[in-house]
Amino acid sequence: MSARRVVVYWTAFSVILALLIVAPLVLPEFWRRFLTEILIWGLLAMSSDILIGYAGMVSFGHSAFFGLGMYGAAAALLLVKPPDLWLAILYGLIAAAGVAAFVAYFATRLRDIYFAITTLIFSQIFYVIIFTWTEVTGGENGLTFGRPALAIPGLFSVPFTSETLHWFVLAVVTASYLALRRITQSPFGMVLQSIRENEARTRAIGYPIERYKIAAVMLSGLFAGLAGVLYAIQNRFAAPDFVFFLISGEVVIFNVIGGIGTLVGPIVGAAFFLLLREGFSRFFTEYYLIPVGLIFIAMVIFMPQGLLGFMRRWLNQ
Amino acid sequence: MGIPLEQLLQAIPFEQLLIQTVNGIVTGMILALVASGLTLIFGIMDVVNFAHGELFMLGAYVGVITLAATGNFWVALVVATLTIALLGAAIHVTTLRPLLGRDPLTTILATFGISLVLQNYALWQFGPVARKIQEPFTGHFTLFYLDYPWYRLVIALLSAAIIGALWLFLKFGTYGIWIRATTQDRVMAQAMGIPVPSVLTVVFAIGAGMAAASGVLFGPLVGVNHAMGLDWVLKAFIVVVVGGMGNLGGSIAASIFIGLMESYASLWVSPAQAVIFSFVVLILTLLFRPTGLFVPTPK
Repeated sequence: MSARRVVVYWTAFSVILALLIVAPLVLPEFWRRFLTEILIWGLLAMSSDILIGYAGMVSFGHSAFFGLGMYGAAAALLLVKPPDLWLAILYGLIAAAGVAAFVAYFATRLRDIYFAITTLIFSQIFYVIIFTWTEVTGGENGLTFGRPALAIPGLFSVPFTSETLHWFVLAVVTASYLALRRITQSPFGMVLQSIRENEARTRAIGYPIERYKIAAVMLSGLFAGLAGVLYAIQNRFAAPDFVFFLISGEVVIFNVIGGIGTLVGPIVGAAFFLLLREGFSRFFTEYYLIPVGLIFIAMVIFMPQGLLGFMRRWLNQ
Repeated sequence: MGIPLEQLLQAIPFEQLLIQTVNGIVTGMILALVASGLTLIFGIMDVVNFAHGELFMLGAYVGVITLAATGNFWVALVVATLTIALLGAAIHVTTLRPLLGRDPLTTILATFGISLVLQNYALWQFGPVARKIQEPFTGHFTLFYLDYPWYRLVIALLSAAIIGALWLFLKFGTYGIWIRATTQDRVMAQAMGIPVPSVLTVVFAIGAGMAAASGVLFGPLVGVNHAMGLDWVLKAFIVVVVGGMGNLGGSIAASIFIGLMESYASLWVSPAQAVIFSFVVLILTLLFRPTGLFVPTPK
């Protein structure tokens, strides 16, 4: 890796980050919200990329982690007075981590397609529980709650505006990206990639691959839960629809469209998907998934690398 | 909690238990018809067909339309099966054939895209209101002082007949032997002059037709709507994993097992929660017999 390429990479990173920081100041209210939402879905998709792109395990159950993050945040915001931002994040992460530990323990016994189906069915278990346990989760209607203030204990506490919410989300997503990038380049990340390339050989070298897989699923689940907390804070509600497996399917779509194994690809994929949805829903109203689905199928066949797939080596250096 | 088991059993009348047993077997047979198409497609083609539930749903809709046009249930059943089999062949040629030889995971993605398109197409074309298929006959017979509709028993028998015919076809038919040869060794089958890509298309069409048939048969018991496929494809996936992927006999046994268990469970909890029992069976299977409950222990 040459020094020049590193400079180019970080320059590009800083320029895009700067654009995203300035964006809410120039965009109208609708697009400001839209951009924040893209970042949140992008974080969810990025968390799933750890499994799909690096460990080679396609998870169809990320809605469970995302949804439990939402409900964890809801619990903190409804039970603890006054509502506290950091407590919401903590509760959300604990809920997501609990689910992730459960799913990881069982699902990592299986490989390939079986892993995909198992994670899918696990997310449906949580969906059914949340949907039918009306007294606690609000059932079909979900839960609504107030937005906590942006606060650092002992320093300041101000209510969120749409600009500060955007910056807060951007900060969390950027920090998550840098953390995940560091993790994928660490020895741990290298072992995950070697599991993807050749599981039998990795095992033969002596790595306890079950433990690595469980850790990967839990890590992925934690970041997905973080995305769930952010979404709950942005929209001030938690609903069982977000635990339903169609959300997991969309997450996989984000990854494939954007390019797996790139970390930023899924964010680009989320942006592309949400823009397509926004554009098509003007013409096709609620049937926007017909053209989006057709584009997705075409991309699976003709462009399996995704939008950013050609930059994969460069982004991972 | 804390209720002794005898008390719990006494609370359920014997007749109800019997009715639930028959119900469970009927649901199990329909499930077996859906799942055997799914397991056929997986076992032979290495394709996880996410769109299977949508083919089931579209089959039911074609049934609704044909029934309205002709007034004959059996014509509707045949027309729906053939239409969806053709649709299945078209889907296979356009989207799955280009993916031949790629990672099986890409087929999950492609069929997931297909399921989104088909489901929203149905919503667009037929609207969100559930349709009803009229049963072909409404006779009842007496089962321990209770009326039980004949139609339900006929469904179970028809499903068994279709699956039996499939088995005979695979076992003895010339094309069935081609299909099995393709499963065993695709390259060798090709070398022997078997048109492998066409065989795969036909298999997908058969699986799709079976899904459509079960959709029409099951239509009279529940409403037909655009989201009905979701529930079924999930259950069928559970069945296929519990029964062992690509194992026809195992899928049937697992379907009846799951059908019975859910109908017994719905004596105590709501049907929505009864699904959790099948999930638990799945988890236990994965823990102790990851290759499936109804296959011999691998050596």
